[in-house]
Amino acid sequence: MAILKTEHLTYRYSPGTPFEKAAVSDVNLEIEEGAFVGVIGHTGSGKSTLIQHFNGLLRPSSGHVYLDGQDIWADKKKIRSVRFQVGLVFQYPEYQLFEETVFKDIAFGPTNMGMTPDEVKRAVEEAMEFVGLSASLAQKSPFDLSGGQKRRVAIAGVMAMRPRVLILDEPTAGLDPKGRDRILKQIRAFHDQTKTTVLLVSHSMEDIADYAEKALVMNHAKLFAYDTVESVFSRSKELEELGLSVPQITRVFHKLRADGMPVRENVYTIPYAIKDLMRQLPKKGGVPHDS
Amino acid sequence: MIRDFTFGQFFPGNSILHRLDPRTKLLWTIAYIVQLFVCDAWISYLVPFLYLVLVIWISKISWVIVLRGVKPVLPLIVFTSVLNMFFVTGTPIVSIGFFHPTYEGLALAVRLTLRIVLLIMGTSMLTYTTSPIALTDGMEQLLRPLEKLRFPVHEMSMIMSIALRFIPTLVEETDKIMSAQKARGADMESGSVIERGKAMIPLLIPLFVSAFRRAEELAEAMECRCYRGGEGRTKLRQLCYTLLDAWTLLSAVVAFGLVIGCNVLF
Ligand SMILES: Nc1ncnc2c1ncn2[C@@H]1O[C@H](COP(=O)(O)OP(=O)(O)OP(=O)(O)O)[C@@H](O)[C@H]1O
Ligand SMILES: [Mg+2]
Repeated sequence: MAILKTEHLTYRYSPGTPFEKAAVSDVNLEIEEGAFVGVIGHTGSGKSTLIQHFNGLLRPSSGHVYLDGQDIWADKKKIRSVRFQVGLVFQYPEYQLFEETVFKDIAFGPTNMGMTPDEVKRAVEEAMEFVGLSASLAQKSPFDLSGGQKRRVAIAGVMAMRPRVLILDEPTAGLDPKGRDRILKQIRAFHDQTKTTVLLVSHSMEDIADYAEKALVMNHAKLFAYDTVESVFSRSKELEELGLSVPQITRVFHKLRADGMPVRENVYTIPYAIKDLMRQLPKKGGVPHDS
Repeated sequence: MIRDFTFGQFFPGNSILHRLDPRTKLLWTIAYIVQLFVCDAWISYLVPFLYLVLVIWISKISWVIVLRGVKPVLPLIVFTSVLNMFFVTGTPIVSIGFFHPTYEGLALAVRLTLRIVLLIMGTSMLTYTTSPIALTDGMEQLLRPLEKLRFPVHEMSMIMSIALRFIPTLVEETDKIMSAQKARGADMESGSVIERGKAMIPLLIPLFVSAFRRAEELAEAMECRCYRGGEGRTKLRQLCYTLLDAWTLLSAVVAFGLVIGCNVLF
């Protein structure tokens, strides 16, 4: 069964004023348990607004959000328990750190959930390991860390709550390429080991192609597509019309095909591209191209 | 949410009121406040009331917005009104046990309510129709004579315009941090006063940290552009009075005269 589901989800900012604006409009979605979903869409397309509905931070102007088939707004008092099951990491989460030590900050969520001190300790240590923070940092002040380390602490703070769905809003914004890859690999490892459903908002098509299984595309507040990464990127023409793109390697392969090379059509990642190109090259001792 | 309050907000527009010199509007507001407090006879309240209706009509700002500005102080109004009704001595209306609401108390309560509501609606017309930059500009010009007394007029107005500029930014930031902490299970809406106070810590600390960071960044950016105070600084937009300003101020004087007239006659 789908873990998250929306029905005619619509959200308007500042209703009843001249500034009224529909940021999400009539979205119908079903996200399967255990999926790794990449969320893409141009700036202002409503990605951040949409994901804030999944853990009940925003209440739909109309429509419904279901978690495990239960309308999350059916009982307002239960909304906190929804937030424990659906963890949300905001964009630039390092600005939400406030505790004296890294350990205490990561423990904030688990403590709010009512875990015992032992459980909290185990959850924090586990989360720090997932994001690659060495145990020696646990007693340092989060304000003394580097930007990338702070980001990890903030992500660990949500992972430590052991949510069933982990949503990350552009977790790699403003990081260097190496830091980006490391964080994404760790999120992928977290997904693989804990079977957590992950939603990852990103502006990088390469990241989506490398890490996600499914892609959710938003366009002007509407859901444009929700499908496997392959089928979404095979609609490259339409994506480009939306101001989005496909991974660079896909574009290279489209050009190659247009020039008459017999390469495959749906190539999204570099390793796959290399494999395909190797297939084209003459084998050792084989017959060279007619010259 | 916090974004929804209107007091102190600016609504861009192109009415006569929007185009008035900010100095005129400032002086007008001061005159209006004094006028309100000079009101004594009941009928004299009609003058600031009608005057305000006229101003709101000219400004083309919707009534809903103006009335919404009063909402935050409603509890205060109700509270003081009730206190006045019960604790001012005089002729009792009825007697219920210990409580003796009096006619004098009722009169005072109505008077106070009138004053507060008219005061808030009138003064908010200034901010509704004047951009923060124009407002501080006007204030700086009006206070200029104080420079002779070594009062740091330019610095004060710079501080004010920066503060005004950052209000929306900080509101947005508060919203964001609150959401982030709620996502981690922070509960800011229930519990005792002490628990709620404690629950504010995860909000206040990041907010202060970011305010200091912004202040530092801004100071550096200003220094990089060679800011060195108001001395010799010229303005892109020079303020200048027009005939319209003269008429506005004249109307304020007339209204003032009417109030005093009412007080003397009735
Ligand atoms: N708090 C708010 N008040 C009013 N309008 C808002 C608010 N937040 C977002 N919007 C508007 O809603 C629309 C969708 O915003 P949203 O933040 O969801 O976009 P996004 O897809 O996350 O963009 P980005 O990629 O830039 O993060 C935008 O047009 C934005 O201007
Ligand atoms: Mg966003």
